[in-house]
Amino acid sequence: MHVEQIAVFLENKSGRLAEITATLAYHGINIRALSVADTADFGILRLIVDDVESAKKVLKAAGFTIGITNVIAVEVADRSGGLAQVLMTIEKARLNVEYMYAFVNKSREDAVLIFRFDDMERAIAALQQDGFTILSGEQVCAL
Amino acid sequence: MTTLYWEEEIETLPRVGLESIQLTRLKHLVARVYATVAPYRAKMDAAGVRPADIRSLADLQKLPFTVKDDLRDNYPFGLFTVPMDQVVRVHASSGTTGKPTVVGYTKKDIETWAGVMARALTCAGATSRDMIHNAYGYGLFTGGLGAHYGAERLGATVIPVSGGNTKRQITIMQDFGSSVLLATPSYALNLADAMAELGVDPKSLSLRVGVFGAEPWSANMRDEVERKLNIKAVDIYGLSEVMGPGVAMQCLETDRGMHIFEDHFLPEIIDPDTGEVLPPGEQGELVFTTLTKEAFPLIRYRTKDISRLIHEKCACGRTMVRMEKITGRTDDMLIIRGVNVFPSQVEHVLMGVEGVEPHYQIVVNREGNMDTMAVRVEVSEAIFSDEVKNLEKLTRKIQADIKDLLGVTCKVQLVEPRTIQRSEGKAQRVIDNRKM
Repeated sequence: MHVEQIAVFLENKSGRLAEITATLAYHGINIRALSVADTADFGILRLIVDDVESAKKVLKAAGFTIGITNVIAVEVADRSGGLAQVLMTIEKARLNVEYMYAFVNKSREDAVLIFRFDDMERAIAALQQDGFTILSGEQVCAL
Repeated sequence: MTTLYWEEEIETLPRVGLESIQLTRLKHLVARVYATVAPYRAKMDAAGVRPADIRSLADLQKLPFTVKDDLRDNYPFGLFTVPMDQVVRVHASSGTTGKPTVVGYTKKDIETWAGVMARALTCAGATSRDMIHNAYGYGLFTGGLGAHYGAERLGATVIPVSGGNTKRQITIMQDFGSSVLLATPSYALNLADAMAELGVDPKSLSLRVGVFGAEPWSANMRDEVERKLNIKAVDIYGLSEVMGPGVAMQCLETDRGMHIFEDHFLPEIIDPDTGEVLPPGEQGELVFTTLTKEAFPLIRYRTKDISRLIHEKCACGRTMVRMEKITGRTDDMLIIRGVNVFPSQVEHVLMGVEGVEPHYQIVVNREGNMDTMAVRVEVSEAIFSDEVKNLEKLTRKIQADIKDLLGVTCKVQLVEPRTIQRSEGKAQRVIDNRKM
């Protein structure tokens, strides 16, 4: 039920993000979703890609520090209130969101929410209990 | 202007008389140290020198050097020559790998120190009528208490204000009429800037002269301090191993060099690579032998400070040789806001943090008037996290550990792997952007 996310350490200097995306593009790796967390001194780029193994290999070879984290991908209808419903479940279960980001899947007219929780197993149970669709890694890659 | 002396006779003694005093004291010192301190005796035996071999000042060269490692190997009190019940005070400075260097003083040592410090203050024109604002840090550091006792000996009024709390310091200067400022030069500039911010005109104060030391400062910085605080700025030199502040002092008659109080501290300039004593006037490593210290005397202590001796007669009439302002170090020690910092200490802290690799760089800058130190650490996979809070926790931990060990607040900067130059021969561990 987990999706593998690649996190990349970024120094705050110009051109670093472009280098990462260029490296991935050169190797034909498609980015499904991304988010950047930034502070005054550094940033963390989080990526969901269609080929995690290749992405890991090429980014490491290019000298980046990367980490693999399990996240949860929740599919919701792409309409008003889609996210709010999910967050109500989270709130009810008293779970903490470490971070989240989202992307819209045009072909299927729904949205995918990427979550990292403090307690991933309990989060999956709570979301499933309330009937949400949790996507597997393969499903996300296939979108 | 009439020159003020604290002890005119000794300060202006013809060289031959001074050298005779030095020789008597040196012989006595070597005999005593040989008899009482095993590590010294072992070193002298190994070098094949006996106390009786010291018959002239030139014979000093026969004696082995003492280095910082000797102090560390005999931590804490191993090189003291008197029983602890005669030691009335200890001071300490941070060592290169965590263990500090400890120095001790007998009652007489404290008196000697106060005496040379009073001499130093007199060189700066201070008298018993002065209100001495002592902004050197009080504590294990020798600066605060060393200057304090000298100022009291002088009979001046001492304000033991120590470092920090700049606004209050300015109020005290205004209300108490501080006339002599003792501080690190960077703190003096800090005070000047704070005055400008508060709208306090230095001309409205009674400040006349500043005695600055404990960190390297340039001639440009001297001009800046003099202009901004409307005072005369003079240079003082000292190091805790040898005594503390008051080893050498600039007089008001020259801005070239500081008079070494040679009746207590015998200087030599050596080639740092060969250990050979250099001809008069050459630049090299400054070495001191303490002639009168009781608890913790030092024979040929290598300071690692680079200087040269100035033998020409000074306009002030003092016959004591002058040393040029320190122009560098033979090791990689940095002085950040008056605190000695060795890159190896930073490395020691980093090695103690799990997952941190020994690829780091220290970047020193002077921002405004304050020295800042940034430690750049490469982010390896072992310490990387996808969450900002974890990385911030890591930088805070490194920062706190460095503060604990070194007493210096630094900024910790995480950088991408392989962005810090690798050791090829000598790694560039330090980038010092300060213009000295």
